[in-house]
Amino acid sequence: MNLVATAAVLDDDPPLLSVRGLGKSYGGALGCRAVSFDLWPGEVLGIVGESGSGKSTLLNCLSGQVAADAGEILYRDRMGATADFLTLPEPKRRALLRGEWGLVHQNPRDGLRLRVSAGANIGERLMAQGARHYGDIRAEATGWLSRVEIDTARTDDLPIRFSGGMQQRLQIARTLVTGPRLVFMDEPTGGLDVSVQARLLDLIRGLVDELGAACVIVTHDLAVARLLAHRLMVMKGGEVVEAGLTDQVLDDPHHPYTQLLVSSVLQV
Amino acid sequence: MTTMLSVEGLSKTFTLHTQGGVRIPVFAGLDLAVAAGECVVLNGPSGAGKSTLLRAMYANVLPDAGAVRVRHQGRMVDLARAGSRAVLQVRRRTLGYVSQFLSVIPRVPTLDVVAEPLLRQGVARAEARDRAADLLARLNVPERLWALAPATFSGGEQQRVNIARGLIAPMPVLLLDEPTASLDAANRDVVVALIAEAKARGAAVVGIFHDAPTRDRVADRLFDLVSAKAA
Repeated sequence: MNLVATAAVLDDDPPLLSVRGLGKSYGGALGCRAVSFDLWPGEVLGIVGESGSGKSTLLNCLSGQVAADAGEILYRDRMGATADFLTLPEPKRRALLRGEWGLVHQNPRDGLRLRVSAGANIGERLMAQGARHYGDIRAEATGWLSRVEIDTARTDDLPIRFSGGMQQRLQIARTLVTGPRLVFMDEPTGGLDVSVQARLLDLIRGLVDELGAACVIVTHDLAVARLLAHRLMVMKGGEVVEAGLTDQVLDDPHHPYTQLLVSSVLQV
Repeated sequence: MTTMLSVEGLSKTFTLHTQGGVRIPVFAGLDLAVAAGECVVLNGPSGAGKSTLLRAMYANVLPDAGAVRVRHQGRMVDLARAGSRAVLQVRRRTLGYVSQFLSVIPRVPTLDVVAEPLLRQGVARAEARDRAADLLARLNVPERLWALAPATFSGGEQQRVNIARGLIAPMPVLLLDEPTASLDAANRDVVVALIAEAKARGAAVVGIFHDAPTRDRVADRLFDLVSAKAA
């Protein structure tokens, strides 16, 4: 049970992540600018917008894939200490990215090692955290394969032989095995068949709920955002143009761009 | 009488930027207070703003001016000004909403769809499922459907699942948007009885009911949007 989400307090406990004035430009071309938000444990924040809106740049800055050139990313770690991710020494950044933080790439091939077994893909992140007992690691890996609905008979198969949907589920297992407190997902259902998307969304929804992790999800699909995110930020031209509760933003959009996005979705 | 929900000076105008910036005023300066154990039915013709008012009470629509205060764990919280997290907490513990249609979540079985609001309040899964089963049985949803996702159900079945989900947690404030619209007489009676039970345990209820006999059975008083706007 997720204790944080059920806590009966309105009072402000400190956020897990505080982003202030984050910006990145690519030699004059704007990536993202002046992005600020707070994120609490158990919360899922959706970032929506069209291609070129800056949402992927923002996620890449947050997850250390791209160096931001302005602002702060204040993260409160498991021990309760808060530090700016942008000025952390490299070994500490790497340690975060290996354990307390997780990143799910849009293309599972970017997040997996395709030529080592599915079980080893999961075990590797555990070993990077110091796990050494082979039996434990294998048991954990097969446990996670069944949680993401991959037949455990395929533990020793190479992910290169998996379908796109299975690869994405394997990447999610590999990311979540260390019990990250903060998970970034970049279009996790992009490029998958619609039938596979539904299964994956349901899985992500359940796992995020169970782990109580905070999560930032970039998507251009408003239905995905509605299903997964508690709050939304709408981006256009590198800036956040509207933010709020997911149902507020989608049902009562105020900014012209958000209204355009919402009204452009085909109803089925 | 304890006020559970109050609306003060509430105004809402929609501005449609994609349609030449057309402004649609819905209401302005509305005042309404609802006490514990009372059911207020919003009244007025189609387009009078009943649903918009109900959605503003749930903080789904943000007003341009005014306050929506809900008594949450002993103190009044203004949803028009509260942050996102506070609104979510009020919705989880205090403020229930039954929409006109069930928004279906792929692959989640009916029993879990109904049990979810209890799980979010920290009730154990087994107990939440038992209570969901009781409520579904009471609403005459056949047991063979409970393990299935409701996507393929009939309109009336989906609406009963939706009602069960909306009423399973004993929320102190309930907002009901035409909960009986697609129900037969027997199931309408069940919903009327459920609303009466909610009132008896002290819930404040605000609803929209187009069907006059049902409205008269549940309402303690009507709130007329047309005369409220003219006032």
